[in-house]
Amino acid sequence: MEQNSCFHCGDACTAEHVVFDDKDFCCNGCKTVYEIFSENDLTCYYDLQQAPGATPKEIQGKYDYLSDTSIIEKLTEFDDGKHQIATLSIPHIHCSSCIWILENLNKLNPNITLSQVNFGKKTVRITYKSEFFSLKEAVLLLSKIGYEPYISLEDFTTGKNKVNRSLIYKLGIAGFAFGNVMFLSFPEYFEVGEFWLEQYKPVFRWLMFAFSLPVVFYASQDYFIAAYKGLKSKLLNIDIPIALGILVLFVRSTTEIILDLGTGFFDSLTGLVFFLLLGKYFQQKTYAFLSFERDYKSYFPIAVTKISNGSELSIQVYDIKKGDRLLIRNEELIPVDGILINGMANIDYSFVTGESEAVRKISGDKLFAGGKQTSGSIEMEALNAVEQSYLTQLWSNDVFNKNKQESFTTLTNAISKRFTIAVLGIATIATLFWLVVDSSKALNVFTAVLIIACPCAIALSAPFTLGNLLRIFGKLKFYLKNASVIEQLAKIDTIVFDKTGTITSNAKSETAYHGETLSISEEALLTSTLRHSNHPLSRSLYDVLQKNNIVTLDHFEEHLGQGIFGTFDNQSIKIGSANYVGQPQTEKKLKTAVHISTNKGYKGKFTFYNAYREGLSQLFNKLKKEYDLVILSGDNASETDNLKKLLPTKTKLIFDQKPNDKLEYIKHHQKNGANILMVGDGLNDAGALAQSNVGIAISENINVFSPACDAILDATKFSQLYSYLKASKTAIQIIKWSFAFSFFYNAIGLYFAVTGQLMPVVAAILMPLSSISIVVFTTIATNILGRKLK
Amino acid sequence: MSVIYVLLAISIVIAVLFFIAFIRAVKSGQYDDDYTPSVRMLFDDELVKPKTNKTIKKN
Repeated sequence: MEQNSCFHCGDACTAEHVVFDDKDFCCNGCKTVYEIFSENDLTCYYDLQQAPGATPKEIQGKYDYLSDTSIIEKLTEFDDGKHQIATLSIPHIHCSSCIWILENLNKLNPNITLSQVNFGKKTVRITYKSEFFSLKEAVLLLSKIGYEPYISLEDFTTGKNKVNRSLIYKLGIAGFAFGNVMFLSFPEYFEVGEFWLEQYKPVFRWLMFAFSLPVVFYASQDYFIAAYKGLKSKLLNIDIPIALGILVLFVRSTTEIILDLGTGFFDSLTGLVFFLLLGKYFQQKTYAFLSFERDYKSYFPIAVTKISNGSELSIQVYDIKKGDRLLIRNEELIPVDGILINGMANIDYSFVTGESEAVRKISGDKLFAGGKQTSGSIEMEALNAVEQSYLTQLWSNDVFNKNKQESFTTLTNAISKRFTIAVLGIATIATLFWLVVDSSKALNVFTAVLIIACPCAIALSAPFTLGNLLRIFGKLKFYLKNASVIEQLAKIDTIVFDKTGTITSNAKSETAYHGETLSISEEALLTSTLRHSNHPLSRSLYDVLQKNNIVTLDHFEEHLGQGIFGTFDNQSIKIGSANYVGQPQTEKKLKTAVHISTNKGYKGKFTFYNAYREGLSQLFNKLKKEYDLVILSGDNASETDNLKKLLPTKTKLIFDQKPNDKLEYIKHHQKNGANILMVGDGLNDAGALAQSNVGIAISENINVFSPACDAILDATKFSQLYSYLKASKTAIQIIKWSFAFSFFYNAIGLYFAVTGQLMPVVAAILMPLSSISIVVFTTIATNILGRKLK
Repeated sequence: MSVIYVLLAISIVIAVLFFIAFIRAVKSGQYDDDYTPSVRMLFDDELVKPKTNKTIKKN
């Protein structure tokens, strides 16, 4: 059978192949989206990119809460009674077609006056006439065309957060002043004793002074603040010599022009601040579409349906009280711990544990918050409020309020301690020397040393090296929260892995068949029946089986949450749970299995195993030489033997760990001096990720979910972890080299300063030269390093 | 009053005007998204199609 891929979403057309308008579609949903687009002259969507779409999901009743005015108020950023503006996050945005269709929403509904996509953040900002149109309709429209917005509890609490653009302002001001001051000081560089230049010198100098004012008092205020904080906590950080340098530059220059002694160093001053801020800007740039601060709030829905006196009512999640009856629809998340009252519960706890196989529950069973219902609607009774659930309680731990960066001493700060002492020492000695030899020059020399020793190049080494490596890593799908994570990575000595979802893959699982061998006709019947089902297990089983002799079934039935039934040519087959095929559940259920019986009786079962990620053994063998390795799993010990075969013998294997146990384990070893890298994926690792020195979340799809962490690694790049760790170490070497480089410049500068012959023009040449050569050196070095990475 | 003062005044006024333009551009959010506009500007070319003004949407 020839496999066609869907014209809309690109998936293989299998179960319900639809042909419409001479094009193949994998399902009716995709076909409907195509229909909507073609009716509205929007087929250009498919010209820009091949198969860009997503299959729209069933959303019946899911967004009813959006009619609630108090919720609308929280979600919209502007409302004047006639127009409303709302920014919606849409994870599916991934190509130019997406931008095009979302910015042409007004063609689908004229009540939407404007829609604007921010590709980096994966959001769309829509303006609509609220008299004729509502937020709910907008969300439904988006869902209908396959761009379902993601609305979580996080949107509700954070509300409208302000973007901080102060660094760009500061950079703009410093650059503006730098350019103008350079211009004004140019005549004096050449010391031409021309009459008119002499005449206007004071004007030029006072203008330079005026330009430097906003630079000193606004653009460089961060350095003064950081220096003050450093001094207060008795820490000699890099900001102290910088702040000192800026201050001395400004005071000495001002004094010089007041007393008409010289031009001052306004050009160097503004240039210095400009370059420093440039470094800061370069380092600060991060990935807007990824969130590294997620807690349970970004997973949870805003509202849930409550059943009271037989009627359905949307209530906000925070208003859930103990004893409330809640209706959880298909694909909805369970927001609180509770008891299942009725319905077929098939709960997918993958957000929580990383385990993708859904768990069956029967009425009376306890349901934990964070699970996602995957088959039909269920009713449950809440056992406590949202904040007191088993899962959400983890976030009351202190580690989530701690800022990791503050407790970490960067290489730059470590060096600056010695540097500051050395500079002050040299300045004092030189001043004392000149006090004896020629006291008129003493003050001049003292300030000159502080000016020239201002560690511009040192301060730039780390931002440019790490900033560039951060970008290189980003291209390789290893996304870091910020540049200092690289420095911490270089110091790691112990690596702790979670098992499920981290070293095993969610997407792929291996199957094994136990039981009577199936005849050819039975096999054909099996695959033909599976082909009709959309259940995840049927799909993955169908994918691994050989697809020959597909027959058209006479009859097919799907029993939600139990199994499927198919008949052909007097033969019938039942595929599903043990109960469904009429087989008593004998062994303790450790693994997911699909049972099969035909009209001739029970045949056997397919058992699903987690497949370990490719290159796992090789990775561990490389890592074992330099790191202590630990597997910390929340699962039972059923996989021990398998893991022992795969992994180096010295790897520690620890099972049955609750989320809090993982956190405590890491805390304990940190106390013994270990620098721990935690690699995890689910919300149950969140505590451990926060506690560890560096927490890396493995993600199959970086756009969807990952708990709070320092870095997100795309699952396909898992086997490269070792080379990334190595690259981090090399980056530290590069920084050290560039430190050596800048000491060299400082030595030259100090020679001029100590001998009392520092001219403004020397400073004006030396400072930009050292900064630029450091930037060039680190950029080239990191690019060479990046080329070696895969 | 020498002509240089006039020239200086003019040059500074122009520089400051550009600076204000920059600040306003940042403030309006132009620098928040530096990717989408680069894609957006390419769209119009591909849309040149004689269009019947039928933008009615069935609901």
